[in-house]
Amino acid sequence: MSDEHSHVDDTRTAGQGHGHAAPGEQEAEAKTDVRKAVGIYAVGLLLAAILTAASFWAAGSHAIFGPAVPVALIALAVAQMGVHLVFFLHITTGPDNTNNVLALAFGVLIVALVLVGSLWIMRHLDHNLMPMSVVMNMQR
Amino acid sequence: MSAATTAPSPSSPSASGKGDPNRLGHGTVPISEQGPAPKRIVVAYGFWIFLLSDFIMFAGFFAAYAVLVGATAGGPTGTDVFELPLVAAETVLLLLSSFACGLAGIAAVQRSTRWFQVAMAATALLGAAFLACELYEFTHLIGEGAGPGRSAFLSAFFALVGCHGVHVTLGLVWLTTMMAQVWAKGFRDDILRRIACFSLFWHALDIIWVALFTVVYLMGAGGA
Amino acid sequence: MSRLQSVETGQISPIFGKLRWDSIPFSEPLPLVAAGLVGAVVLATLGWAWKRGYMPYLWKEWITSVDHKKIGIMYCAMAAVMLLRGFSDALLMRSQQAIAYNSPGYLPPEHYDQIFSAHGTIMIFFVAMPFMIGLMNFVLPLQLGIRDVAFPTLNSVSFWLTAAGALLVNVSLVVGEFAKTGWVVYPPLSELRFSPGVGVDYYLWALQISGVGTLLSGVNLVTTILKMRAPGMGYTRMPMFCWTSLATNLLIVAAFPILTATLAMLTLDRYLGFHFFTNEAGGNQMMFVNLIWAWGHPEVYILILPAFGIFSEVVSTFSGKPLFGYRSMILATMVICLLSFMVWLHHFFTMGAGADVNGFFGITTMIIAVPTGVKVFNWLFTMYGGRIRFTTPMLWSIGFMVTFVIGGMTGVLLAVPPADFVLHNSVFLVAHFHNVIIGGVLFGAFAGTTYWWPKAFGFTLDETWGKRAFWFWITGFYLAFMPLYVLGLMGMTRRLQHYDVPGWQPWLIAAGGGALLILCGIACQIRMIWVSIRNREHLVDASGDPWDGRTLEWITSSPPPAFNFAALPHVEGEEAYWDIKSSARDRRQLSDLPDYDHFEMPRNSPTGIVTAFFATAMGFALVWHIWWLVILGFLGAWATFVVFAWRDEAEYQVTAEEAEAIDRDRREAKARLLDIPMERPA
Repeated sequence: MSDEHSHVDDTRTAGQGHGHAAPGEQEAEAKTDVRKAVGIYAVGLLLAAILTAASFWAAGSHAIFGPAVPVALIALAVAQMGVHLVFFLHITTGPDNTNNVLALAFGVLIVALVLVGSLWIMRHLDHNLMPMSVVMNMQR
Repeated sequence: MSAATTAPSPSSPSASGKGDPNRLGHGTVPISEQGPAPKRIVVAYGFWIFLLSDFIMFAGFFAAYAVLVGATAGGPTGTDVFELPLVAAETVLLLLSSFACGLAGIAAVQRSTRWFQVAMAATALLGAAFLACELYEFTHLIGEGAGPGRSAFLSAFFALVGCHGVHVTLGLVWLTTMMAQVWAKGFRDDILRRIACFSLFWHALDIIWVALFTVVYLMGAGGA
Repeated sequence: MSRLQSVETGQISPIFGKLRWDSIPFSEPLPLVAAGLVGAVVLATLGWAWKRGYMPYLWKEWITSVDHKKIGIMYCAMAAVMLLRGFSDALLMRSQQAIAYNSPGYLPPEHYDQIFSAHGTIMIFFVAMPFMIGLMNFVLPLQLGIRDVAFPTLNSVSFWLTAAGALLVNVSLVVGEFAKTGWVVYPPLSELRFSPGVGVDYYLWALQISGVGTLLSGVNLVTTILKMRAPGMGYTRMPMFCWTSLATNLLIVAAFPILTATLAMLTLDRYLGFHFFTNEAGGNQMMFVNLIWAWGHPEVYILILPAFGIFSEVVSTFSGKPLFGYRSMILATMVICLLSFMVWLHHFFTMGAGADVNGFFGITTMIIAVPTGVKVFNWLFTMYGGRIRFTTPMLWSIGFMVTFVIGGMTGVLLAVPPADFVLHNSVFLVAHFHNVIIGGVLFGAFAGTTYWWPKAFGFTLDETWGKRAFWFWITGFYLAFMPLYVLGLMGMTRRLQHYDVPGWQPWLIAAGGGALLILCGIACQIRMIWVSIRNREHLVDASGDPWDGRTLEWITSSPPPAFNFAALPHVEGEEAYWDIKSSARDRRQLSDLPDYDHFEMPRNSPTGIVTAFFATAMGFALVWHIWWLVILGFLGAWATFVVFAWRDEAEYQVTAEEAEAIDRDRREAKARLLDIPMERPA
């Protein structure tokens, strides 16, 4: 289907003047400068590696106060997901990316509602109700 | 009801681009009124929406895992069966394959068939190595009697990690198909759009893996 | 428990899996006769089409079509046919309950259980959803001023996958059985141990396959609405139907993955011996209930939001006024979209989560009634001061407003947890959801179908039979379901195959009478279509604008050309077509000739039906454990995908001259409609 709006559907010149960018599309300068483009990915790789190492260390070492470990792990995981989004997926907060960020925010919201809601509900149910194993034992 | 007119925007003087050197603004016409977007954007955005739905599907499996993590039915727990060195290896492999995929994307933008195929092949090999590790882990567990039928916890584990593994497998099939397409037809517009979608997919799988190794392996075997 | 063997101690054949001759219910006359009748009708229709030489036309113009208009029509046609199947189940249930006081009735329990399960599954997934998706498919690109949806071939795949799911459910009538668990298949009843037959498996695969179709449709339409609109059509210049469709498709994208995951977990339990929801080894059945309703509640908003949009269009058109409170309608719609993900626990207040949790979700459930109330008032204010024309679509809309408000009020009543403890799973609940689904979704489907029928086919529907159908439906609905409210308060549980409380029977007989009145309504609708087709020359819609419409679909001819618009319109206000029409009337002159240009249109493709063919084969094979066929089906689907991806010719061109010629006829028709002179040729 033709678009009567853009005449050049070329990834090399994309991101310019349309006001919105395709998700995953690198910004204009990086397109022509290979070094810069690779550099962005390299920085992302390095940061992700550091965060991964930190996570493994935090899980295993006893340097962090026990109950705080899950919090630390989640914080590190969220940071690393952010690194992936910015450096690999090029999802930034620039005005060209607004639609993409909004869509992501919607997805994250639903994920949060499903996870938090389910955990809250199931925790209450488990607390109030007899465990299945006890019920099954009553049947025998 | 009279036709409303667009109020002239007091913003940048559009023609010369002065004050808006990167052309981030769009003159007086907002994006929402510019008509249908170029196909490249439409396709990538549609795939992005699909990826978000995939995240939500994984959230369903994560929720089930979180609920069932304690339901070990007298059988092995996470601490008993998770081998963190293997998980570390898997993480490194997948992260490197994501990097290789990024390089493949750059090669596509530069229209370099050779570097594209090299980078994609690297992505494939690293991804396949990741899968091999996972297959080893699964068969090892099943062999030890810690298969998915042993307890609800193990069911949830195998389903969640397995779902990710299935996605990686499908990604590899897609990857090889893309390599074949580029080899046969070069960097045609529609093939470039598909490559863009594949990159989104592959990076998203790595994002999910971050959540996976944190919640399942590190919290299961490590501190929590 | 051995995973790959049939649970009945019989052996599993490598060629036929669990399939045997006694899988066909030769001993049960009812399904056999029904299946025979349906089979005969299908074969007769196909034979007639073959003899008349329609097959090449059907293949080229409909089956392989990627045109959103044709796909929309096929969705609605499928929904209408499945309505007959689902309604037959309803007649069976009503008649059984009417006579089964201290009596076994005529439907044995294991049969009755399949009937109510099939009734719910078919009505939700293969009637209500396809009707709404079909109407959205047909109307959205026309209202947005564009030529097709974002991904036309994917659109065809979505439709055919939905049809594949419907086919599987119908095959279960003849080969094997259907689930006996109700339409939400709660474990442990739906687990292999308590449902060892193939019924639940048919349910699972039919829904997974059609679920993929629905999800892809959601992605398609979200992208279309957000990224493809005519030039000038900013977000606040979209018709209300487009806004409600946006909310609907966002919900589809967000909710259906949860259904996929949950059904996959149950499938893993049944096929590979997992323990998500089993009684032993730590399974948690309450988690199934939680997850399935986390999908299930957004699902009902997916059903109703398009209907709200339809009513907004119909009410404003037939009141001769713009929709009242457009911006508050947008806000209300998006609030409903968000809140629908925060109420799902109200489907299982009685499961024992406790007062805190129940209280929270009870309050959110009551809050979600508020934006709906805003919408109702906006419709009423649209009608107030307008010049109302009581056409068939308008009657359906007014009937909706009364009926849906009553159903909504009983919903708010049920939202109070202590009240729900008395009424949960009673027929009061059954009455409530039929009240809102029939009054809302079905009436909306009928309003939309009669409203947009002339756009799709070029002639209007017969008003007399349309009105008769409406009156039969609405009186039938009240007679069928108001007694159920009373019965629910008297303590009658849902899904009863027989009962021994004498005071219930008179009400159930009345309810049976209501079902018969609805049957008359359906007969009137069939008659309406028959009469209208026979009489179509007199009912022709020559101008493309039979209702003095306000939105862009009415600027096209009826039916529109494949490409909808020869030149995309430039939109400058909220009611694009009304502005153009008023301006033309005032100036006594048509709008300026646009600059015609060449453009591309997507080619038709058999990808959709071929994919669905392999999906059906895979689904059937998975149900019956015919593993070689599963592999073959999967490979076939994969090959189809690769062949599609490999094609070189994805589009065909429409020249500026062709577009201009077709557009000239359209402009002449509009000139005649407005009684103004055609412009002189340049």
